[in-house]
Amino acid sequence: MNLPVTECLLRLYEERHDLEDYAGGVPRWCTGCGDSAILAAVLRLCRDEALRPEKTVFVSGIGCSSRFPHYMGTYGFHGIHGRALPVAEGIKMARPDLHVFVNTGDGDCCSIGAGHWLHAVRYNMDMTVLLHDNQIYGLTKMQASPTSPKGLRSNTTPRGACLDPLNPLTVTLGVQNVSFVAQAVDWIPEMLYGIIAAAFHHKGFSFVRIIQRCPEWLPNIFEPWLNDPQRILLLTHERGMQVSAGLARIYKNQQTHDPANLDRAREIAARADPLPVGILYRNADVPRYEDMRHGGQLRTPGFVRAGLEAEFDKFTVWPQEAETETGPAA
Amino acid sequence: MNDISALQSVREAAGPLRSPAGEKPVTPLTEHVIEVISDSGEGAQRCGQALGSIAARMGNGVWTVEIIPAEIQPPARSLAGASGNRVRLGSRRITNGGDQADLVVAFNEQVLLGRVRANELKPGCIILLESMWREDRDPAIAASYTETHDQLAAAGYRLYEIPMERECRSLVDDPRRGKNMFVLGMLCSIYSLELQLARDQIAFAFRKKEEEVVKSNRKLLEAGYQWAEANLDFKFRIPAVRATQPQIVVNGNTALALGILASGMEVCAMYPITPATSTSHYLSDVFEKVGGVVHQAEDEIAACCFAIGASYAGKCAVTITSGPGYSLKQEAIGLAVMGEIPLVVVNVQRGGPSTGLPTKAEQGDLLAACFGSHGDAPKVIMAASTIEDCFYSVITARKIAETFNMVVVVLSDANLATPQQPFPRPEFSETWLAPPVDQSALSERAQPYGWDAATGLARRFLPGQPNGMHCLTGLAHDRRSHVAYDPESNEEGIRHRSLKLAALQKTLRMPPVFGGEAGDLLIVGWGSTQGAIEEAVERLRAEGCKVSSLHLRFLQPMPAGIKEVLHRFGKVMTIENNWCDRLEDEVIDDTNRRYSAVATLLRARTLVDVDCWSEVRGQPIKPGTLYRVIREKLEKERQRT
Repeated sequence: MNLPVTECLLRLYEERHDLEDYAGGVPRWCTGCGDSAILAAVLRLCRDEALRPEKTVFVSGIGCSSRFPHYMGTYGFHGIHGRALPVAEGIKMARPDLHVFVNTGDGDCCSIGAGHWLHAVRYNMDMTVLLHDNQIYGLTKMQASPTSPKGLRSNTTPRGACLDPLNPLTVTLGVQNVSFVAQAVDWIPEMLYGIIAAAFHHKGFSFVRIIQRCPEWLPNIFEPWLNDPQRILLLTHERGMQVSAGLARIYKNQQTHDPANLDRAREIAARADPLPVGILYRNADVPRYEDMRHGGQLRTPGFVRAGLEAEFDKFTVWPQEAETETGPAA
Repeated sequence: MNDISALQSVREAAGPLRSPAGEKPVTPLTEHVIEVISDSGEGAQRCGQALGSIAARMGNGVWTVEIIPAEIQPPARSLAGASGNRVRLGSRRITNGGDQADLVVAFNEQVLLGRVRANELKPGCIILLESMWREDRDPAIAASYTETHDQLAAAGYRLYEIPMERECRSLVDDPRRGKNMFVLGMLCSIYSLELQLARDQIAFAFRKKEEEVVKSNRKLLEAGYQWAEANLDFKFRIPAVRATQPQIVVNGNTALALGILASGMEVCAMYPITPATSTSHYLSDVFEKVGGVVHQAEDEIAACCFAIGASYAGKCAVTITSGPGYSLKQEAIGLAVMGEIPLVVVNVQRGGPSTGLPTKAEQGDLLAACFGSHGDAPKVIMAASTIEDCFYSVITARKIAETFNMVVVVLSDANLATPQQPFPRPEFSETWLAPPVDQSALSERAQPYGWDAATGLARRFLPGQPNGMHCLTGLAHDRRSHVAYDPESNEEGIRHRSLKLAALQKTLRMPPVFGGEAGDLLIVGWGSTQGAIEEAVERLRAEGCKVSSLHLRFLQPMPAGIKEVLHRFGKVMTIENNWCDRLEDEVIDDTNRRYSAVATLLRARTLVDVDCWSEVRGQPIKPGTLYRVIREKLEKERQRT
């Protein structure tokens, strides 16, 4: 093996952790909540990728989904409603060495934080964003969300939601610099894990919309898709997801889709039935904001001082004797 | 035209007198206020700034103030369209823009009339007026020019009609754009400034342009100088004390940006807003040279959250804004308070509420800064009071933020943002810089909120530190950062976050009292009004009045000892550029009067019956105004006793 020395040193320190090492507090989600499936997949990912818990940060906003970081044994940042993405961007900018994950919900990301979402896609900073989309406000007790189906009766739409739902996939795929978009459902663990792992491995802004069941407020809303595997469309490709034989036996409705094909991805994303599951789009060549903005300079005090003194020079009025030779702005 | 016809002294307008160079008597002055005004885009601002820099190099005290029209493109030749610069030059250190102008250069008579009506010119002052309008092809313009000229002359102004554009025509293709440097040359002659310094200044101002541009501007400068030498019958000299130390000449916003460079902060997140933005313009140009990043976020909230994220994971970060942006950041500021994340927030205040006066000065955000964000959200509030202070305040703010894990708000305002004032070139110190990000392993027993019982301080845990893993949360939490809704944990958290302010207060020194240690009246101010207040106090003390002033840099917490100082004076009054109800208004009395911001804070803090005087005219408060206000206050108090 021909490894660079630094890599060999890193391997010396390689650590292995068990699933429990990544677990934090006891989840307080309702029994049957789809968030638990996401947590299980993420814990497995951390273990399989041997992520150092101290080098990993989960950032969230507000909502049921946003309790996620509390249940991890890594660093976590449970912030304010809608603002998980800008916080995560700041973390990544300051510390490109950290693994950054974002947990956000359909209210957090697509409503109060929608502006940040669009721009986060544009920045394409290296982070894995999990949109826990249960199509309802859960923590505040059943109000319609931007992704709620038309006609849904909720506490704020007692006669049925009058607007068509927002489609997080088409929106994301419509933004400049989009580099990774996938869709998963909480009830197919194999695909959920595989998609989150692919998102993690993508260097850039990986956006995974996860259809997630809310047993408390919308217990039956996904039943038709759950009960009829034909209504799930698995997207497969040699550069996308591959499906195990076992899964393929149940989910026969499959389509080969090349994640490099953005136009096709947009067409697929527009479909709600059958529900596409897999990687819709991936482009590893989109530049990352943190790479473009970081000078890569080691910020020693001497370096900062040199830069500062050069700026002082621009504005300095020297006493008369000293000035004649060099001029004011030499 | 009342303001003009009311003037008593009608002098004969002095026409241009030809006198050979060098034979003019030179009148010595201690100080002068000069205005250069034009339609926007004609370069009067550049001319004024250059004049300030040249005078600073001569060793003069200088304060320059931008004169900004309210609109981006006001119609040409309009009363409200004046764009330019006021430059106050003196033999001594100058701390503010002064009262009325002594000499005005106007590129057309309408902008001049605008300044006359705004009462910005001294009666009988010297006016150098572009004369080309007299022969304008449009008879209405020619008539308007003649009428204004005659009225001003009749009102006693010393008017000089100068064919500025005509003189420039032989030198450059576009004389309209070049005459500002011609005017600079005239002013160098008038104020006996060294022409070589002006040539150097032009080389500096146009350093990014081709050599040709520098050459033609120097030609204009020299032509203006020669013209004034040959044609004007007066000449001044403001004796200067040659500086022995290098001085920095920048405006407040640039000083803030230099402070950010010097503080060792690495991330500045912002969203464009007036008047704060020019800080970010300059910083964007230079921050990368020291390894920093200016992030222009998608909105003010994102800018604040980006800075919070960067601070949480690394060195303290900064976000810069003005009033409306500050309002938008409030929730995120509360998160930083709750999570005990260091953060510097710079608010270059402008007129409010709402969109208010975007380009104008006001000190209306103090109480929002102190008490903004819902719940109990203690944060440190500092206010810069000079250009130099803008620089050092940011460095201090970063240190406090990281020492106490707190939000530190630095208040500046539009009256510091664009004015320039020389200050001693700072000597770099490594102690300014933030320490490297701590990545050492923590003890397994360490708690992310291991609050010290006496000071409320806790060691900050940074991602990357082994054993420090925890979930920071904006929810009420215990020492382990676990969500805790129980009464004890909630009170414990709030108590310790509050204790930190008191701990910081123990380290603050009282600012010095300006004037005497005791007396009849103490004026208290904060922020950009310091120069004007102290100038007024100095004048009154010279007349024997027992008045002093105190200028606060820390507004929250306030240094111990304020109460004791207040008690040494018969009366205390604050002077601020924000609203307080006026007792002249029929419905206003002691029971409903809304006091100015610092007056409100001082009354609550000291139980002293602090009075206040304020103005919200969107303009810097003038020392002459304060001189009258303070004298009236002293008179009123004398009558009462």
